[in-house]
Amino acid sequence: MDYFFTEQQQMIIDTAREITKEKIIPIRAELDEKNQFPRSILQDIAKADLFSIFVPEEYGGFGGGCYEIVLAMEELARGCVGVATSFAASALGIFPVLISGTDEQKKKYLPDIASGSRWAAFGLTEANAGSDASGIKTTAVQDGEEWVLNGTKQWITNGGEAQIYSIVALTDPNRGARGASIFIVEDGDPGFSYGKKEDKMGIRSSSTRELILKDCRIPLDRLVGKRGTGFITVMKTLDISRPGIASLGIGLAQAALDEAVIYAKQRVQFGKPIISFQAVQHMLADMAIQLEAGRALVYAAARHIDGNPKDMSKASSMCKVFATDMAMKVTTDAVQVLGGYGYMKEYPVEKMMRDAKILQIYEGTNQIQRNVIGQELNKEYS
Amino acid sequence: MNILVCVKQVPDAKDVRLDPVTNTLAREGVESIMNPFDRHALEEAVAIKEQQGGGKVTVITMGPPQAETVLREALACGADEGVLISDRAFAGADTWATSYTLARAVKTLGQFDLILCGKQAIDGDTAQVGPGLACRLRLPFATCVQKTRKISAEAIEVERMMDDGFDVLRLPLPALITVVKDINEPRVASLKGKMKAKKAEIRKLSAADIGASHQCIGLAGSPTQVVRVFSPEPRGDRKIFSGSVAEQVDQLVECLRAHL
Repeated sequence: MDYFFTEQQQMIIDTAREITKEKIIPIRAELDEKNQFPRSILQDIAKADLFSIFVPEEYGGFGGGCYEIVLAMEELARGCVGVATSFAASALGIFPVLISGTDEQKKKYLPDIASGSRWAAFGLTEANAGSDASGIKTTAVQDGEEWVLNGTKQWITNGGEAQIYSIVALTDPNRGARGASIFIVEDGDPGFSYGKKEDKMGIRSSSTRELILKDCRIPLDRLVGKRGTGFITVMKTLDISRPGIASLGIGLAQAALDEAVIYAKQRVQFGKPIISFQAVQHMLADMAIQLEAGRALVYAAARHIDGNPKDMSKASSMCKVFATDMAMKVTTDAVQVLGGYGYMKEYPVEKMMRDAKILQIYEGTNQIQRNVIGQELNKEYS
Repeated sequence: MNILVCVKQVPDAKDVRLDPVTNTLAREGVESIMNPFDRHALEEAVAIKEQQGGGKVTVITMGPPQAETVLREALACGADEGVLISDRAFAGADTWATSYTLARAVKTLGQFDLILCGKQAIDGDTAQVGPGLACRLRLPFATCVQKTRKISAEAIEVERMMDDGFDVLRLPLPALITVVKDINEPRVASLKGKMKAKKAEIRKLSAADIGASHQCIGLAGSPTQVVRVFSPEPRGDRKIFSGSVAEQVDQLVECLRAHL
């Protein structure tokens, strides 16, 4: 379907598509098998200026919004969701600065993010604070001219690879939702180190690691936004970032559909290509219908968010749920269309199915998203 | 350093057809791309410029007006200027006439320290234009370069790919080299590069602009004539033996005996 992209949007799509074709697809199976971080691909992405698309022009960026990020991430995910996740996590990690940072902080960090010379990561999750983010235990205490952070962050995407970390920590543990703040911690800061690196089912090329803050001392100007507004910034960050995760589902499902159709045209059983059988045709048709519906919803949500409305959460959560549940279904069906071959590592769809699962879990499980949508509905009709 | 890169617009190898009358490549309605080897030549030129911290990369192509597309692509990938050498009189040129035309254009454009070309174009596959251009310009040249080792204002040291290894050659500048794909990994054109390329002005040179002599260009200046184009006959049955070396030798001997 024609979505009537602007010339600039088409340029972003073409550039990301070329990265996928030339840099990602040739090595994605190897990165997956070796659990290897795609450093050289991220450098290629940087050289192609894709890290700059969401950075305002005054800080050396392309000045795009949520829609532009979604378009780039969809194309990268067609190649590998592990790589696309590493790209996405850098955007997620710097969104707090974009949303709540001072001009000095923006000047300090955004040009490097735009050029891709430094990558970011977002440190919210802890061992006992996943869906219930308010359960975080990491603390930040002011000591003279410094903040002192203590705690351990878990499952942090780009952990150990990024140079800039947005860390959510409690500054006033007794103030509940107003008790958290966000801090920038940089690679090499005293008391900051990396712990266990996870061995995952899918998106294996991405780095998922523990961050350890042990009397980590950082200057006062690393506080992002006002003290106590951490969770507000977190919620805004996730509202803007979730369509990106949704777009990973779109790109992934598109890749799976492509593989399934090409295979079904070539595979001959009972003397005919299997695409001539209605059972297979209907599966492919359902995959295509769900995919296009998901894409339309993600694009609509992204455009809605770029209008900076007050009610971002519902649209953001809806597209995340729909597109990622759809990606799980479509990749599973792609494996089914390829049959025994689909289950083998020689074909890319088994990796796609493994990669799909995380999309329903991270950046807020799809159950939590449904909570958000339900709560918004409750408010709307009150 | 002033660097020149010669590029060619070629039909995408997935979709090659011949004109049944002229036996030349049918270019109408076929998707065109930058010759893949030329992308590596361009990348090397841009990388050398970046390493040297300055200089200029000029890209030229001889072709019909639509060949401007590859020049814009080159500009998006880091070239500074694109020059299109285009004239109806150039049509039908073989490698002899093409190298003459390119040499005239280079002389018109001025002095270059280094000229880079792809090893060959994937349509004609002759690998003659690079060396031909060097000879016409009386420049030292090296073909099939897989690595540029050192480069100074006076000389360039390169590795020339051979069947069983490589030669190390030092060429005084100005010089011309043709490159193979192993030399580098071409970058994906950047967004900023694409924006710049879209607005850039492409300089155009005609036969008159480069002072070309009419009997030396196009079909008239081309001694090569394609008499017939055909697919080679299949080489007959081939058999691949398997098993241990001893078993394979036994199978081979048996097979040869059967054919005696």
